[in-house]
Amino acid sequence: MKVLVAVKRVIDYNVKIRVKADHSDVDLTNVKMAMNPFCEIAVEEAVRLKEKGVATEVVAVTVGPKAAQEQLRTALALGADRAIHIETDERAESLAVAKLLAKVVDEEQPGMVILGKQAIDTDNNQTGQMLAALTNLPQGTFASEVAVDGDKVHVTREIDGGLQTVALTLPAIVTTDLRLNEPRYAKLPDIMKAKKKPMDVKTPADLGVEMASKVSLLKVESPAERKGGIKVASVDELIDKLKNEAKVL
Amino acid sequence: MSILVLADLHEGQLAGATAHVVAAAKAIGGDIDVLVAGEGVQAAAEAAAKLDGVSKVRVADNAVYAHQLAEPMGALLVELADGYTHVLASASTTGKNVLPRLAALKDVSQLSDVLAVDSADTFKRPIYAGNAIATVKSDDALKVITVRTTGFDAVGDGGSATIEAVDTVVDNAQSSFVKQELAESDRPELGGAKVVISGGRGMGNGENFKLLDGIADKLGAAIGASRAAVDAGFVPNDMQVGQTGKIVAPELYIAVGISGAIQHLAGMKDSKVIVAINKDDEAPIFQVADYGLVGDLFEILPELEGKL
Repeated sequence: MKVLVAVKRVIDYNVKIRVKADHSDVDLTNVKMAMNPFCEIAVEEAVRLKEKGVATEVVAVTVGPKAAQEQLRTALALGADRAIHIETDERAESLAVAKLLAKVVDEEQPGMVILGKQAIDTDNNQTGQMLAALTNLPQGTFASEVAVDGDKVHVTREIDGGLQTVALTLPAIVTTDLRLNEPRYAKLPDIMKAKKKPMDVKTPADLGVEMASKVSLLKVESPAERKGGIKVASVDELIDKLKNEAKVL
Repeated sequence: MSILVLADLHEGQLAGATAHVVAAAKAIGGDIDVLVAGEGVQAAAEAAAKLDGVSKVRVADNAVYAHQLAEPMGALLVELADGYTHVLASASTTGKNVLPRLAALKDVSQLSDVLAVDSADTFKRPIYAGNAIATVKSDDALKVITVRTTGFDAVGDGGSATIEAVDTVVDNAQSSFVKQELAESDRPELGGAKVVISGGRGMGNGENFKLLDGIADKLGAAIGASRAAVDAGFVPNDMQVGQTGKIVAPELYIAVGISGAIQHLAGMKDSKVIVAINKDDEAPIFQVADYGLVGDLFEILPELEGKL
């Protein structure tokens, strides 16, 4: 079974973001970029499926600018066999990305596609579900466990209040939640080897997908800053303040 | 304008989130219908009909919609969405699972986690884990939106909507429900609780989380945790409050032994009153807390429980 894994280049999760002075967007100049953490988990899961003998080939794909090839090289260093870069400098909305990935699914015919449940920049949590709908495939979102069993996959999902397990026919779309696995670090020899692994570059036009979206970003602002309050000296003072000042008790 | 709200269910009953989504629909304005889909959901439909501002409740009661699996729910919404200008659901794990399928099949974008309505086509939503707020405008004919419930005060009862059965039955051979394990608790759900008390790495181990129980019982609070406490294996992930866990905005949030990493603040900084209890008086949590108490939580917690 071939596994397709989608990754996204985003601002590193440790970086404190700044909003541009003209409020047009978040400032990404000279900011450290990295693979989206949920995508790292997706790559790890795909590689583990290969190590278990369930997957025969792992193909990594990304949609983004030329620099996003860094994240594909990371995926290759972590164990993906080859990569597909869909190169575009345009703002890639979830729907357009899902359409592009659907074209790749059509060409590659994977048995499973694994994606992060959301990217930590736009926090949309949409692409996997949209891809599933466009390819008419079942989806196991927010996965904390993935178990392939013959022509089915059992996906345990993190839902509000607990866990839910669903059985899906293959091929299927899986999106990762935090507890699915702990991603490994790439070793230096693997990083060197990754440079020689094959990478295809295509454009949205090659795949016949229009990137334009009907959603426009009007403004980006910093959230209202919360001011620190006071320190209280004792439990008695705390209870008094909560009762008589904040009136929440 | 005509709005369809997908009702959230919890074990077959109407979940509290729905009243918040109806509030968001009222802020947009127009006729509001609520879709209740599941198996054995008549009581939920009757509860939805009482929500203030709802004109019609549409009930799809069929085994294929049990557990609200994404594939049949998406297909049902595609059938029902015609004639509506907006389809809304809460940004629960169900709403997030189902709505993007509708959007993709209708070839429209989705706006996720909307926390304010500027107009019928312009909304505010958090990006970068709430560290920035984007104002976005959608020119799609159908607007598909998930709503962050903490952004909208729940509507009350007092409505008397008509209830109408939906006969649409879709096929689903692709997915099936296997099992569900919901955490058993008499406490309120994290997302909807008026008081939340959370423990962090400072709790030391999972056993010590019991120190929060008595206080939670007295305050009717839900118990949460920081990512650090989850990563350390003290408590399960469904208790996590933060960027990668639950977003909460209760009347009172008590952070115990939590340093206040950006990722945790993203999940609770919209709480009305924040109390921090921590032995490190330099901990960043004190910068957002209304009331900070520096000290040993193992002494403070029993004292607090005794005096409440």
